[in-house]
Amino acid sequence: MDTIWIKLLFSLLTIFIVLNYGLLLQGVVRKIGARVGRRYGIRWYQPWIDIIKNYAKRTKITHGIMYYIAPAFRLTGGIGLLLFMPVIYGTDMFSNFSFTGDLLLLLYFQFFGVLGMALGAAEGGHPYSAMGVSRGLAQVTAYELTLTLGIIAIAVQYQTLSITEIVAAQQGGIANWTIITNPLAGIALMLAFLAAMGRSPFDVVIAPQEIPIGPPTEFHSGLLGVLQLNRAIFPAAKLILFMNLLFGGATDWGTLIIKTFLIYMWSVFVGVAFPRFRVDQSIRWYLFIPLIIGVLAVLFMKF
Amino acid sequence: MSKEHTEKRIVYSPDGEPIEIDPIKDYFEGGRPEIRNPRNGIIEKFANWARSESLWILGFGTGCGAIEMRPLMTPRFDAYRFGYQWRPTPRQSSVFVISGYLSVKTLKRVIRSYEQMQNPKFVVALGSCTINGGMYYDSYNTINRLDHYLPVDVYITGCMPRPEALLAGFDHLKRKIKEGRGEGANKYAENFDWYKANQKKIIKDWDIPDYNW
Ligand code: SF4
Repeated sequence: MDTIWIKLLFSLLTIFIVLNYGLLLQGVVRKIGARVGRRYGIRWYQPWIDIIKNYAKRTKITHGIMYYIAPAFRLTGGIGLLLFMPVIYGTDMFSNFSFTGDLLLLLYFQFFGVLGMALGAAEGGHPYSAMGVSRGLAQVTAYELTLTLGIIAIAVQYQTLSITEIVAAQQGGIANWTIITNPLAGIALMLAFLAAMGRSPFDVVIAPQEIPIGPPTEFHSGLLGVLQLNRAIFPAAKLILFMNLLFGGATDWGTLIIKTFLIYMWSVFVGVAFPRFRVDQSIRWYLFIPLIIGVLAVLFMKF
Repeated sequence: MSKEHTEKRIVYSPDGEPIEIDPIKDYFEGGRPEIRNPRNGIIEKFANWARSESLWILGFGTGCGAIEMRPLMTPRFDAYRFGYQWRPTPRQSSVFVISGYLSVKTLKRVIRSYEQMQNPKFVVALGSCTINGGMYYDSYNTINRLDHYLPVDVYITGCMPRPEALLAGFDHLKRKIKEGRGEGANKYAENFDWYKANQKKIIKDWDIPDYNW
């Protein structure tokens, strides 16, 4: 067999593992949130049942072509983010399609899905969708600034745009991790991470308890199922990205799961401790302290 | 939406170009609901299991009973552990809880919301008001028997049923779905004309299409 076929097979395997890991994370984290609220909470396997249920719906309606394409766009954002970075450092196969400039590409993938959703939700015609999309885009734009500044600082630090090289430079113990060697960029990235994960206090955009549930208001049945798949893959992919950038990557699946789980806990604990921001509040918050830290991180690398 | 908003009209764009608007066509999708037959055998059984273990309830409260659904989300009753979750949009929900008396005005909204839900969908009716009108049986403004207007899967009796009764009722619904008897949406499609005639008897200012999605 050609190497490309083997690569494809391993990418599918990666997607499968990460998908299930993402769903498991969802269930476990919701369980933790419930326990903090003194409830039993959902069963840990509930996310799987929800997806099966949505795919098993017998009818769906359509609002037009963009409405169909939007969930695919969104899923592409998640899978693209996952496949263009090294998942397990040092193995040929689980490095998937990472290449020398992948860091820049990943910045684009962050935004890709949201834009697709904007088009699809607009075609859905529901006023709440439009409202949700504009709020979501505003918030993404705000934290993206900090995120990008942090990533630029790291790129300058290691003089490379390749994630594999960034991970390689961090091997050999905790003292080499970026979060230790470049704490300013680390702090900026970890603050941007909070909103990137879409958990409280920055989850007003898609929170079901809000009157508009946000962009997915009109999506249902299988289309919602696709979005749910992405809700599992995208956060897991982001966790892997942050692990690669700041915490030395992983050389096997066990390390990956432990590290990403602990990184996720940062946003979970912040989430259960702090109530939701309104969108204007979160934007203002991001454009002040995190932004200053981000700028300092870049300046610090320069001088 | 009031009647004049649903009439055909012509509006002018900023550069004076006329645009014809037909709200009934633009905002709604007409047509009749179709019967969707269940698949056979083990696939449908599996799907039914998933449906029954993941009941998404539409957050729509009517009558006094809406107040009894809230405790289900609290630590004391915590319905989430049985797979019930609340969704804010009819598109994504599969269970419609009619939580008490239905005034004529609300009935219209209930019908619209019900028709926007996707097959298969289930209706749980709460309290004696939905069974025979309860203490409002002779009111000028409420309906008496809910299943003249929507296919009801489970009734929960009481005035007001306590949250425990609700949980028991949902349990009953789960069993019904697992046995493959949760076919309310198909029943609605089958007897569509009868349901519509009943609904129109009550709702005098009918200004929406017969079936909106
Ligand atoms: S059954 Fe009783 S509690 Fe329920 S809506 Fe009717 S009057 Fe209210």
